[in-house]
Amino acid sequence: MSAPTLDLSPAPGAAAAPSRVLRQARTEFLLLVRNGEQLLLALVVPLGVLLLARVAPADLTARFGGLQGLAPSVLALAVWSSAFTSTAIATGFERRYGVLERLASTPLGRSGLVLGKAVALLWVVLAQLLVLGVAALALGWRPAGEPLPWLAGVAAVALAVVCFAAWGLALAGALRAEVTLAVANLVYLLLAATGALVLGPENYPGVWGAVVPALPTAALGESLRNASAGVVDASHLVVLLVWTLLGLLIARRSFRWTA
Amino acid sequence: MGVVGPGIAAAAVQDRGGDVSTTAEDAAEVKGEARSRPAGWGVLDYTPAVPSASSPTALEAVDLRLALGGRTVLDGLTLAAERGRTTALLGPNGAGKTTFIRCCTGVLEPDAGTVRIGGQAVGRALAGGRVGVMPQDSGAWSGIRPLEMLRHLAGLHASPLPVDALAERLGLHELARTPYRRLSGGQKQAVNLAGALVGRPELVFLDEPTAGMDPHTRRAVWALLRELRAAGTTVLITTHAMDEAAELADRVHIIDAGRVRVSGTVEELAADGRSLEQVFLDHTTSRIRP
Repeated sequence: MSAPTLDLSPAPGAAAAPSRVLRQARTEFLLLVRNGEQLLLALVVPLGVLLLARVAPADLTARFGGLQGLAPSVLALAVWSSAFTSTAIATGFERRYGVLERLASTPLGRSGLVLGKAVALLWVVLAQLLVLGVAALALGWRPAGEPLPWLAGVAAVALAVVCFAAWGLALAGALRAEVTLAVANLVYLLLAATGALVLGPENYPGVWGAVVPALPTAALGESLRNASAGVVDASHLVVLLVWTLLGLLIARRSFRWTA
Repeated sequence: MGVVGPGIAAAAVQDRGGDVSTTAEDAAEVKGEARSRPAGWGVLDYTPAVPSASSPTALEAVDLRLALGGRTVLDGLTLAAERGRTTALLGPNGAGKTTFIRCCTGVLEPDAGTVRIGGQAVGRALAGGRVGVMPQDSGAWSGIRPLEMLRHLAGLHASPLPVDALAERLGLHELARTPYRRLSGGQKQAVNLAGALVGRPELVFLDEPTAGMDPHTRRAVWALLRELRAAGTTVLITTHAMDEAAELADRVHIIDAGRVRVSGTVEELAADGRSLEQVFLDHTTSRIRP
């Protein structure tokens, strides 16, 4: 076994900060794309819902507003699954496998790690919105074209990504990986089903109907449905902002880097 | 070896059991003051901030104290690693070896005491890519392939080793398509070792690097570590294998219950005819009651 010669003399030095963060983002993105389960949640399930909305009898999807109502809701669902569930589960296992502490001792550092994660998540969400948006349009979604509602919609998505990711990190940094996995999936399903993500708050009966607009999932779902319908309601942005600040605060306080 | 770190000077070859109480008191005095300041800026920070290359000690830890979950893990641990030399840390399971490394690599913050790497605070040394770490367990994504992991780590540094040549050297090329989770224990160790070296650090922490490796691989790793030393890299290694310490280490620290019990070269420690293992047994306590 004639190994090539290696110059093992020390030559320490950090790569430039932007390239470190991009490297981290690229690796995380690559691993996520390779992970079948994550891809299923991120794309296949939402695509399936869109297709169903197109082919199902109208009276069945009427409650969801047909394809016109479901398309923006599905976009909200996709953001929810990636930003919250995927972030929580991936980070939980990174902590468990010592990846976090391993990378924290490289020039990437903790802030680079979080930034890299944010960039990777941004790519994922943009890719999802692109694929699902185009698919929805191709299936017959005809959203309103007014700029202000869409501006509010984009702001809501941006806030929601940070918000959900912060809560995902808060979970992953505090609980064991298996518990994080279970809780993240449970919360995902629970709020996807009852959090006014795909169904407007007006569809929920009684007390829950009154409470649900205060949830970040409802705020995102409503913002995107409003954008699609050409309506602006800034109160949803306020709700998202409050949840975002709360999530960041808790994540900062509770996050542990070691298993 | 003329240059000796200040922490080592006191340790010498004899057992320190006799002066435990005095050192503990001294340490308690500074503890309160060190606590009130951020790590790396404490009163124990007597090492002048000289440029790394001219500092005689690559690593200097002074009076580290750390309790985790109510248990004292580091109890006034003081040790230094000389530049360009290999320092071995021996100690029973739970003695604080891995915790010590975690304090040196920014993972844990000691309750008191300071760590300087080449005269710099830990955070700065890490940010400058001066430190390579081989963790004891895992440290890689379960789905990543060995060369991807190495390229990832290489990409964080300014002038990394060529990944292909390094992988070839450690026999990782045949595993190019295998995700990390499906590697054997020894293969994972090889990936982690390569990951510690790929950034061309000046100080490398290797936490039980050859545990789980077959004798062929173990010897290949020893050869690599000797080359690393010859090239001027400072190595701090923990091990339970006495032969490994004897093979590689310029200096050995035997630690027990979170503090250094005895230090010296292998020759010094075994001067009275005892084996290194006997010295180890004499200076450490068993966690298992017979």
